[in-house]
Amino acid sequence: MFGNLSLLELQQYWYVIVSLLGSILVFLFFVQGGQTFIFKIGKSEAERTIIVNSLGRKWEFTFTTLVTFGGAFFASFPLFYATSFGGAYWVWMAILFAFVIQAVSYEFRTKASNFLGQRTYENFLFINGLLGTFLVGVAVATFFSGSRFSLNEMNNVIWATGAHGLEAALNPFNLSLGLTVFFLARVLGLLYFMKTIDNRNIIDRSRKALKNNALPFVVFFLIFAVWLMLRKGFAVNPNTAEVFMEPYKYLHNLLAMPAVMVMFLAGVLAVLGGIALGLLRYGGNGIWFAGPGTILVVFSLFMLAGFNNTAFYPSAYDLQSSLTIQNSSSSHYTLVAMSWVSLFIPFVLAYIIFAWRALNKKKIDEKEMQEEHHVY
Amino acid sequence: MRSGPITCWNNLLIPEQMLESIDMSLVDWSRGQFALTAMFHWIFVPLTLGLSFIVAFMHTIYVRTGDEEWKQTTKFWMKLFGINFAIGVATGIILEFEFGTNWSNYSWFVGDIFGAPLAIEGILAFFLESTFIAVMFFGWNKVSKRFHLLASWLTAFGASLSAVWILVANAWMQHPVGTVFNPETARNEMISFWDVIFSEVAVNKFLHTISSSFLLASIFVIGVSAWFLLRKREVLFARRSTVIASVFGVITAIATIVTGDSSARIVAREQPMKFAAMEALYEGQTHAPLVAIGAVRTDTSSSSYSREDFIFKIEIPNALSYMVFLTPSGFVPGISDLVFGNEEEGYISYEERIERGAVAIQTLKDLKKAKDRGDEQSYNTLREKFNDPVWLDQYYQHFGFGYYKGRELKELIPNVKLSFYSFHVMVILGGHFLIFTIVALWLSLKNRWGNHRWLLWVALLTLPMPWIASQAGWVVAELGRQPWVVYELMPTIAAVTRLKPVAVQITFWIFLLTFTLLFIAEIRIMLSQIKKGPGGK
Repeated sequence: MFGNLSLLELQQYWYVIVSLLGSILVFLFFVQGGQTFIFKIGKSEAERTIIVNSLGRKWEFTFTTLVTFGGAFFASFPLFYATSFGGAYWVWMAILFAFVIQAVSYEFRTKASNFLGQRTYENFLFINGLLGTFLVGVAVATFFSGSRFSLNEMNNVIWATGAHGLEAALNPFNLSLGLTVFFLARVLGLLYFMKTIDNRNIIDRSRKALKNNALPFVVFFLIFAVWLMLRKGFAVNPNTAEVFMEPYKYLHNLLAMPAVMVMFLAGVLAVLGGIALGLLRYGGNGIWFAGPGTILVVFSLFMLAGFNNTAFYPSAYDLQSSLTIQNSSSSHYTLVAMSWVSLFIPFVLAYIIFAWRALNKKKIDEKEMQEEHHVY
Repeated sequence: MRSGPITCWNNLLIPEQMLESIDMSLVDWSRGQFALTAMFHWIFVPLTLGLSFIVAFMHTIYVRTGDEEWKQTTKFWMKLFGINFAIGVATGIILEFEFGTNWSNYSWFVGDIFGAPLAIEGILAFFLESTFIAVMFFGWNKVSKRFHLLASWLTAFGASLSAVWILVANAWMQHPVGTVFNPETARNEMISFWDVIFSEVAVNKFLHTISSSFLLASIFVIGVSAWFLLRKREVLFARRSTVIASVFGVITAIATIVTGDSSARIVAREQPMKFAAMEALYEGQTHAPLVAIGAVRTDTSSSSYSREDFIFKIEIPNALSYMVFLTPSGFVPGISDLVFGNEEEGYISYEERIERGAVAIQTLKDLKKAKDRGDEQSYNTLREKFNDPVWLDQYYQHFGFGYYKGRELKELIPNVKLSFYSFHVMVILGGHFLIFTIVALWLSLKNRWGNHRWLLWVALLTLPMPWIASQAGWVVAELGRQPWVVYELMPTIAAVTRLKPVAVQITFWIFLLTFTLLFIAEIRIMLSQIKKGPGGK
């Protein structure tokens, strides 16, 4: 089945899978967004416990998706992995650090003799929510704005700035996506609370916070989206593989791929609809619109970055070092082998959904926190 | 400019250009950072691997008997499992990222092989583990008893499955098989997935690692239970836990020793330099004795490289030859045979291998030049060499040695002292574990475990030892592999990301500080949970 596909088709298949993982990851950042509200919405110890536990049952999905996103990118586009991780060293290290401190915090938070104290672990969760979302947004923005690297004739990455990736966080365009992701994660976190928690105070405060966070989200998203449509992009000449700057490249891509345009617009509407639902009605189904909407929007952004003869990890410093789907991938054989494994993905998704529903049948409330044996 | 799909020229590291400019302190700090992360990670992983199965056994007994005491027992060990799991996850993610951040040249070189197992690990194993671990912890009152039990088993299998793929990747670095060098991309590309995952090295490495991890968890459970017995607390719980753990322990101790033995044989065949270092064997011989216990001293006077000499040693005659070849007349090469060659036994000297490796590297450079010139004829002639099995055997096989042209031969020898001691500590402790678990099982079955307080003290003192053995095993495997990241193909110095050493130093200290704090927290939480016992909440 997969063996008959051409190398290019396999490369595209894997770019789609990696993009899908990336989009699901951004949706699952509701955990990170929610973590930034532990203090703001949890006014009492009992409320904070409810919030942490509602997120604590899901944090591993986000974490595992991040790890798998990295692993799948490594597997399918090793040159991207080598170039970006080795080059933008500080950005990835900072992201990494933000996730290291998250992994222990749920389990250790309320345990006796936890050495650093409950507050420290709650702060770790806050830092994770802040840095993790913002920096991933900044890193993904470089797919459009480019980085400053060159590959020597042996394709070893040479980063042109001593800041090794930190410079990306000072670029206003990258900042706009970083802040968009941060506020989006917060919005999703709030909608998640409304869906899963049964506590009047938490819900009321969540709705109020939703108003305050939806606005900056929409503003930063508009800045990013308009800027993206207007900016020059990194185009690839399909005949010579030469990379050149094309005005309105990403707008052209959007128009050239109507399916992506439909996904993008549908996604935007769904996110906005989800927010509106959260603001207008007491019930908590906003997440069911905003979540899938997020996946659609992020997925279409990845499509804009990599398809239609576009360099997905461009170098603004040395155009011809830019990475494309074609020049950075694994071999035909490896992509075929991996593609067989990818057939398990629907099965994996099915059991995740099954397990998720089994644990979320009932909303979390204070009573459960007192009765449950395993409480974070 | 590049043309066509994947015509990247990567990692065509040319010795005189690349390696002279490489800052050795960068290599050392990068290695130090990876070793730090890996060793911290490996404190938690083996316990997670083994304890998950022990918990699943106990959970099964509870579901079958409905005995509340078994439920408490299951929950107690499950709680310790959870604490340990969290910190294993925290240290694990760094390893994955560090391949890219600190070993980017390596990531490209091996990406075509290494990436696939890693992706499979993510898709198949990590999600299995992380999904069902949530059901396992929160499912007591939320899902059916049978589904809950299934979740415990799936968590255990998911954990072990995670270990398969990363060990396959490691095995490939030790013994690269199932791949062919593509001069177009200047990297190794996979031609047989099955050869990669079912290579003898990979299968053996997995079995040895997994069985020794199960053994480690068994000894942990016996040790913690012994503490309760010493204090005469929770006696039923402690005895039951000991029975389960000692059954598991005896089986896995035997498996560890059997797979360790075959592992040594494979190393001797595939990585003779590592094997010679493990035994500090300088002069090869037939009827080679096995050094059971010894102390080595560095002797710098006798040759072009420093040698280790024994201050004292206790040898088992013929044992080393027998271990490797199953016959005492087998010739075991020493470090000198490998470095200076031994025609009689068919070992080519390193000097010769360096020359041949340099020829392979030069061929690759010429190939690239021909391509750049558009000289199709010379290009095709050179390209053909990389398909010629004779040429590959004569020259490409020594590719990695070419990087050492003009460098000192001693750089090609791993740290002998460290390899020797680590290997012997591991083997001696392995023997102790077998005897210990047999005694524990025997007395448990006779219902006499706990009658001898000194034995409980032995159990308590044995508790940390499998960690020492397990870490020592990895030191042998990974330091003994030096100076290669991919055995005899890619040296460590060529694999490292070109960063400023100070950048790596900063992250090294940040990680060391973070890990240390989290480790202290983990130990304290563990101890306080243990003190509370199965009854406490």
